[in-house]
Amino acid sequence: MLEQQLVNALSLGCVYALFALGFTLVFGVLGVINLSHGAIFMIGAYAALEVVTRLAFPLWAALAAAFLVSGVTGLLIDVLVLRPLRRRNAPHLIPMIATIGIAIFFNSASQGVFGAENLRFPSELVPDQQLHFAGVQISVLEVAIIVLSFALMAGLLIVMRSTQLGRALRAIAESPKAAALLGINVEGLFYLTSFTAAALGGISGVLIALYSNAVFPLMGQPMLHKGIAVIILGGMGDIRGALIGGLFLGFAEVMSVAYIGSTMRDAVAFGLLFMVLLLRPQGMFGKVLERKA
Amino acid sequence: MDSLDNFWQIYSNLVLTIGINALLALSIWLTLSCGLLAMANAAFMGIGAYTASVLTMSAGAPFPVALAGGMAAPTVVALLIGGPTLRLSGVYLAMATLGFGEVVRVLILNAESLTGGALGLNGIPQLTQWWHVAAALAITLWALWRLRRSRIGRAFEAIKEDAVAASLMGIGVMAHKMLAFALGAAIAGLAGALNAHLTFFIGPSEFGFDRGVDILTMAILGGTSGLTGPVLGALIITVLPELLRGLKDFRTMTNGAILVLIVLFLPKGLWDPLRMRQWFGRGAR
Amino acid sequence: MLSLNQVSKRFGGLTVLQDVSFDVPAGSVFGLIGPNGAGKTTVFNLITGLLAPSGGSIALEGRSLVGVKPHQITRLGLARTFQNIRIFKEMTLLENVIVGMHAHLDYSVPGWLFALPGFRARERQAREKALELLSWVGLSAKAGDIADNLSYGDQRKLELARALATEPKLLLLDEPVAGMNTGEKVELMAQISQIAKRGYTIFMIEHDMRFVMGLCERIAVLNFGRIIAEGSPDEIKRNPDVIEAYLGREDDDVGAAANPA
Repeated sequence: MLEQQLVNALSLGCVYALFALGFTLVFGVLGVINLSHGAIFMIGAYAALEVVTRLAFPLWAALAAAFLVSGVTGLLIDVLVLRPLRRRNAPHLIPMIATIGIAIFFNSASQGVFGAENLRFPSELVPDQQLHFAGVQISVLEVAIIVLSFALMAGLLIVMRSTQLGRALRAIAESPKAAALLGINVEGLFYLTSFTAAALGGISGVLIALYSNAVFPLMGQPMLHKGIAVIILGGMGDIRGALIGGLFLGFAEVMSVAYIGSTMRDAVAFGLLFMVLLLRPQGMFGKVLERKA
Repeated sequence: MDSLDNFWQIYSNLVLTIGINALLALSIWLTLSCGLLAMANAAFMGIGAYTASVLTMSAGAPFPVALAGGMAAPTVVALLIGGPTLRLSGVYLAMATLGFGEVVRVLILNAESLTGGALGLNGIPQLTQWWHVAAALAITLWALWRLRRSRIGRAFEAIKEDAVAASLMGIGVMAHKMLAFALGAAIAGLAGALNAHLTFFIGPSEFGFDRGVDILTMAILGGTSGLTGPVLGALIITVLPELLRGLKDFRTMTNGAILVLIVLFLPKGLWDPLRMRQWFGRGAR
Repeated sequence: MLSLNQVSKRFGGLTVLQDVSFDVPAGSVFGLIGPNGAGKTTVFNLITGLLAPSGGSIALEGRSLVGVKPHQITRLGLARTFQNIRIFKEMTLLENVIVGMHAHLDYSVPGWLFALPGFRARERQAREKALELLSWVGLSAKAGDIADNLSYGDQRKLELARALATEPKLLLLDEPVAGMNTGEKVELMAQISQIAKRGYTIFMIEHDMRFVMGLCERIAVLNFGRIIAEGSPDEIKRNPDVIEAYLGREDDDVGAAANPA
């Protein structure tokens, strides 16, 4: 029984981790809490849905569509809203407020365009065979989610740790001004980060949409709240933190639903968040130091 | 006089709502003036609303007692969570208080016997008169005005600019933050209690993230440099959806767009004495 | 007035201060000098309670400061300026100084709520005192200006006036003349001298030797986290360890003659 729960938790945790990854990237590199990440997540899901229903493309194309559409949205948000605020040296809470406005805008726009009901992916496309091994049951979809998530996360980790690009990003995370003085193309990398983070958010949107078989305009909001809990749990701005925090949250939620009841499920994330903030505000891997200019 | 009565018939709810929203905007202004971006005031409003409603409905308490309870309950909660929470700064504080808001919402949802759960509380006696709201707003405005001119108000400003330097001026930073936080909670609770007895129905979804964002928007839109800003912001945000009735589904979209535009182009909000002096001061000569 | 005894500070594996002991006599002007990175500002941070010492004791007039919160340390009579200037940029000069008086403006809640005479009198006294303090540093003409608009040198002076507003017994000045031109330095030197004559004890960290030697009655020298010398300006000037710390080892007779080892 426990093994089954663990397996359920794994796929859920992966999606949380993927979402949180994008969120934490933007915080780490750009220093902004992007509260429109939930909306970007939702846009990815809708983009995938549209591509699959209207254009009748296969599922992998849907993933690509989510990647691109969300990525571009994230990039546009950066260029149109975050960049002017950067130039103005706005205190870091101001961009966060702007992203709240953006989220509201996109959430209600999608409600206007797509309606508020739950939409579903065509069932033929969703692989639903169940695999059995070692006494646990896992669907092909869950396997795909786990594999894809780990692949993306591993890729990101490798980039951050072992490439010049990763080093540059880490330098910017420490101090954008110093990085610029070292000849790093800070603005360009900001754009790249915004795009990638949003793209990852979009992918996690499709995955959750497939997993829970629901696409609706406000699907990003609860995700956002959980994303916040994850990055605080794992440490803001830290990739390992997003990964482990996401998995941990998935596990905690599944356990609480199994043993306590589903009504408290949403409270789990926040309960954890609260405890972490009380006991160890920087999370598992975060640093207590303030980011330098 | 007839037209005035007519106006009141139709718009009394709206006017009272403006007053209540002004209280909310002022409550977040207070915390912002101390440098705290605390997004918990919607939750405090909810706590105040439910406490006051339960007092009038289940305990049969008179209205003033319910209002007092509606102010006291969120204040107590604020004092309880303030200690650990206010140690956090900036971004972490915003996140923690957002999280707190969600916890309160879930708790309300689950305490069905007390709060009616997801169905909310219905049939709250409509006890709020116009003068209740007017008096609450007037007293709050006056108290905050006096506060700004005292050493406490100066301490808030100092903490907002540089908390470490402020502490070295002999200012107890934590104590002042708690004061701002708890007082803001009390004002938000009062607003919640008044609101509950105006709209005769409250539900948990009214006091969540969306409400918190509305409150923040009102303050930011109006301008946070003084007391006029939040009131102006409340006025606009409350009245705008009525003016935009034609846009119906696009109301929320417009709200979001307005927020972004304000942040981009009018960073200090609409009521910015410095900018107005620049625009009008020299020109008038 | 201020006693440090075997104070040490470690950050993880790094020992920043070790066995630091010295006394700042009441009413004196005391200087702490040393090469960059020696740990001087850390000493100030320890004294003002922003950091906790890893070992040793710090006492103000016999009363231990270890574990006391910064705002309480200020209320005990200790004020401080910062190396990188931490004035309140968006307030006027007058407001900056009045903030410093916070602890001494004890009026009651009804006082400020109803603008009672007691409140009004205290506020008026505060403004007058603030103007006076600004005049001690020559800034009273700019009292209504926004602090951010001041020149660098004037901002440092403002910090000094603000520190004085807390009615300290001991004034800690962290590089009071850094970044000033010669004219400003001479002016400030005179002003600090005047302030010292009023009975304040002054403890400063500075790099400008002429400034330190000209003002301070006693000087301690910090190098690599340790006190290597303490004494009058003349003694310090001639101390070979000090010379070595600043200039490096001398190869020829000068060093050998001064310190026949």
